[in-house]
Amino acid sequence: MKLTLSAGIGILLTAMFVLSAIFAPLIAPYPLDLTVGGVWDAPSAKNWLGTDTIGRDILSRLIYGGQITIFVALASSVIAFSLGSFFGFLAAVRGGWTDQILSRIVDLMMAIPSPIVALVLLSVLPLNLPVLILVIGVLDSTRVFRLARAVSMDIAVMDYVEAAKLRGEGQIWVIFREILPNALSPLVAEFGLRFIFAVLFISTLSFLGLGVQPPLADWGGMVKENKDGLIYGKSAALMPAAAIAALAISVNLVADWVLSRTTSLKGGRGA
Amino acid sequence: MHPILKLVIQRVALGCLLLLAVSAVIFLGVEALPGDTAQAILGQSATPQALENLRQQMGLNEPALVRYFKWLGGVLTGDLGKSLTNGTDIATAIGQRLGNTLFLAVSAAVISVPLALILGLVAARYAGRWPDKLISGITLTTISLPEFVAAYFVIYLLTQVFPVFLPVSMVFPGMSLGAKLHAVALPVIVLVMVVLAHMMRMTRAAILNVMQSAYIETAELKGLTPMQVIWKHAFPNAIAPIVSVVVLNLAYLVVGVVVVEVVFSYNALGQYLVDHVTKRDLPVVQAVGLVFAAVYIGLNIIADVVSIVANPRLRHPK
Repeated sequence: MKLTLSAGIGILLTAMFVLSAIFAPLIAPYPLDLTVGGVWDAPSAKNWLGTDTIGRDILSRLIYGGQITIFVALASSVIAFSLGSFFGFLAAVRGGWTDQILSRIVDLMMAIPSPIVALVLLSVLPLNLPVLILVIGVLDSTRVFRLARAVSMDIAVMDYVEAAKLRGEGQIWVIFREILPNALSPLVAEFGLRFIFAVLFISTLSFLGLGVQPPLADWGGMVKENKDGLIYGKSAALMPAAAIAALAISVNLVADWVLSRTTSLKGGRGA
Repeated sequence: MHPILKLVIQRVALGCLLLLAVSAVIFLGVEALPGDTAQAILGQSATPQALENLRQQMGLNEPALVRYFKWLGGVLTGDLGKSLTNGTDIATAIGQRLGNTLFLAVSAAVISVPLALILGLVAARYAGRWPDKLISGITLTTISLPEFVAAYFVIYLLTQVFPVFLPVSMVFPGMSLGAKLHAVALPVIVLVMVVLAHMMRMTRAAILNVMQSAYIETAELKGLTPMQVIWKHAFPNAIAPIVSVVVLNLAYLVVGVVVVEVVFSYNALGQYLVDHVTKRDLPVVQAVGLVFAAVYIGLNIIADVVSIVANPRLRHPK
């Protein structure tokens, strides 16, 4: 696989974000909630990116916030993938009624824009991390379902699947041992796109005040905390905003590259 | 019956059915979740007796299905119930705000649709060369940005670096159209940025797809200029996919509006929804959610109908 320049930049930046999230307590110059300066201090040698609305170090909060943002996004994309691909494969292998029911449920879920569904759900559910992860994961699994179903429809009619069925393997065995390995590469390429979607989703929810709740910090919430400063020309809110943008773009670059690699080998990637 | 009419009626009927199913999901789905409306109003310290009285008063002791049909009956007759937090009539509140939301969305659509088509045509004309690469690069970046991030970059740029606009959009009854347009300029710019990229990329893809046809080669061989080929031969045949993309993005606009309204404290439907999600005011959330879903499904039906009508094979059956 030839590495393109944009893919290289993407991988480098993504790795940087992930590493700084993992080693947050080691890298961050200050603790998450320590007031170290005045309100919205400009960047200085002491606080590289300045301070926030109550004088906390923005760089430290960005590093800790990245931990939460990346963790929530990763966990919900894993849920979206497990749910979506399992039911997608099941629909393709079983066909008939199972397929009809599952597909119609997904159609119904996709008939309402997912941010609206999320808002309706979050007006009843308690706001904590497991609930957020589950809501985003389930809403996002619909797209994975469609992709997994489309990909495995082609695989389910292959001779080796037929052979497995004839020698008496169960459906679960067929799904995990025959379909999954062959459907993996388009799904892996899609993972990057779903991860970005989850990052944007959790950031937007937190920005609306309906995502990660204080004292935890994530990037969307940090934009919300510091947005009023923009009116006075304080650019503090732009730092977490830039972090979201940089993460989204760099993962996009990697996903694009993986996608162009796999599509050239495997044909279309489906909707 | 004319086959087009039949198809259109089928699509509309299917859409209505879908909307009905969505209303059931919004009402019954939420009922099925853990959480108690009476508890939400009175708080954790409420006595069992007070809770019981409130449930009686609100009819919460009836089975969920009965309440669903009552609610649905109310929705169909324009009665959306009362807000839990301040007791105001929800239908009136939505009526006041829907206009503001539509004003914002329509202003954004009027700018973004022609712009997206023109940029898409230009990118398709110069496919693979620098104008295409420039446009594609910029749009790929804006696709990666969530609405509120794009919004704050625009705010910082246009109110601080180049102070042209005010960072808050206030629209109130009695404002002249000019004043209103000036007030919504910033949110409209943000919304245009957000939907333009998708629309433009799809336009480009649709035209490039048509460009591979044999009749395009004929048109090129008979000596038409590239722009004439695109405009006269490729564009009419790409209308169906383009229209459906445009309408789907307008549907997306309706959702993007929610976040943008909150960013600019613009008093409209999205702001109303988010406020009441925070207050856990379920009747308001359900009603506004249904309005958004209805607009979204309605636009999807329009997209389907237009692509049916734009197909000459269906328009002139043999």
